[in-house]
Amino acid sequence: MSSIVVPKLKAKKKLSAVDRKRRRSELWRRIKRNKMIYLMILPGIIYFLVYRYLPMYGLIISFQDYKPYLGITGSPWVGFTHFERLFTSPEFWTIFRNTLTLFALQIFVYFPIPIIISLMLNEVRHSLYKRGIQTLIYIPHFMSWVVIVSISFVMLTLDGGIINSVLESLGFAKINFLMSAEWFRPIYIIQVIWREAGWGTIVFLAAITAVDPQLYEAAKIDGANRFRQIWHITLPAIRSVIIVLLILKIGNVLELGFEHVYLLLNASNRNVGEIFDTYVYVAGLQQGQFSYSAAVGFFKGVVGLIMVVIANRLAKAFNEEGIY
Amino acid sequence: MKQKNQATRISVGSKVFDVINYTLLGLIGLITILPFIHVVGSSFATSAEIASTRFLLFPTKFTLDAYRFIFSTDTIFRALGISVFVTFVGTIWSMFFSILTAYGLSRRDLVGRRALNFLIVFTMLFNGGMIPTFLVVQQTGLLNSLWALIIPVTINAFNMIILRSFFMNLPQGLEESAKIDGASDFGILFRIVIPVSLPSIATISLFYAVTYWNTYMHAILYLSDSTKWPVQVLLRQIVVLASGFNYDGTAYTDVPPPEVTIKMATIVVATVPVLLVYPFLQKYFAKGALLGSVKG
Repeated sequence: MSSIVVPKLKAKKKLSAVDRKRRRSELWRRIKRNKMIYLMILPGIIYFLVYRYLPMYGLIISFQDYKPYLGITGSPWVGFTHFERLFTSPEFWTIFRNTLTLFALQIFVYFPIPIIISLMLNEVRHSLYKRGIQTLIYIPHFMSWVVIVSISFVMLTLDGGIINSVLESLGFAKINFLMSAEWFRPIYIIQVIWREAGWGTIVFLAAITAVDPQLYEAAKIDGANRFRQIWHITLPAIRSVIIVLLILKIGNVLELGFEHVYLLLNASNRNVGEIFDTYVYVAGLQQGQFSYSAAVGFFKGVVGLIMVVIANRLAKAFNEEGIY
Repeated sequence: MKQKNQATRISVGSKVFDVINYTLLGLIGLITILPFIHVVGSSFATSAEIASTRFLLFPTKFTLDAYRFIFSTDTIFRALGISVFVTFVGTIWSMFFSILTAYGLSRRDLVGRRALNFLIVFTMLFNGGMIPTFLVVQQTGLLNSLWALIIPVTINAFNMIILRSFFMNLPQGLEESAKIDGASDFGILFRIVIPVSLPSIATISLFYAVTYWNTYMHAILYLSDSTKWPVQVLLRQIVVLASGFNYDGTAYTDVPPPEVTIKMATIVVATVPVLLVYPFLQKYFAKGALLGSVKG
């Protein structure tokens, strides 16, 4: 690709008509030579156009009063009405606050845990023990959110749930975890930790393997204990990975896990648990306000895109490696 | 003398550190896995024992009653059958198109490769969202068809990119020598590239298979016919019914809540297939996840 672009740009003015024609036929020849390759990627491209790009085109219904029987071409235009409604509705600020709270929990409570566990795993000398622990803590990552939430449900329920049974036998009052607004956020973040913290160690463990073992030897001779070795050698070695992952996580501030939150929501915790995705679902598919909920989704998508692009620029500045 | 003292102090400190570290890690591993053991143990217990024991991990009286009950109706067989169908057909379907696209885009001499790559990567950063996607699924006639769980997620851009970088790292000479021997592009892909990339293809297949087995949201969005629900939706139904309220907070009054053991057994049934492939998952996934996080 670059081999074509570069000479074309440089020689644009100097080329005679004959040369340009020759160049174009050369390009055409290269395309024709690979016609089977184009045939291979055609179904994939069609998939992306139909199921990924057509919905983006469909976002124009957020500027319309979309009626299914009128379609996108026939529905009347209403400009920014739906966006105005979103920004002036009291729900917007509830969602905004909930999003920021869950995001803060992700950053301050969840994020350090995989780092700490990988530092601990790195200190294990017996590889069998290390691999055994890894095998155990990776398991929840492969369970669906339905399974994770279901197991929590049966453990937390009022009648016969193991947690409440233990509380009761210790002389405490039972807690209605599942129907309580105060417990929504702790349950949310504990489930995130349970499912993802083990799996999250992989990236850090890989970064740690790059540390030169001689550094530890030198530190030992200097009398550094294990904590000081971790603090002065291991942590600095993975600092750039930590920063990059933190930036990327901040970029994904709006991705709080639609399925997860949806499964946790009920009438008593909706006020603290509603996020943009669940709001779109309820307003759009349950109440049939297609245009309004498409507008909410559009707003979320654009903010998310801006955040991710900024985060990637920053991450690249730190480490030359972004996610794209 | 002083030197020696310091050395012993360090090694004693180091031993203490090891003991604490090993214990804490063991606890973390145990806490991670205990809920699963509790659920599996309870699913084999009698309702009476569950009611009397506060902290049940292993039942003293082993019974298959819960399993007998859930397998006594067609419901769970149908849901399992649907999940198996979606997982098998979906994985093959997704792999077929992902491999074709990934191989095509791995060819460095392809005109327009950068633009096509961008077309795909951009979908990872921005999408039309739930409602417009729903309308496209509706208009392409997939509502209430099991294909709605498969076709709208045919290619996962992330998986495709991992496959593509696997293919790009294959030695160039491999393809060129085959080309000199007169092999076609499809011949090269199916007779040379795929056979030498089987481990990576297995990895991505497992990625897809787990995603398809765990599919839930798409079934809720696109399938209103409850006879077409996969096992994850059924599990959710059973657990929510039992907890006495649904998404809107309205209480169920017409259906008696299932017993605890039945919920436990349903969780086990929905989980076991993933646990069976878990040893393979762990082996390949760690590699794939790393590659994805670094190169994706």
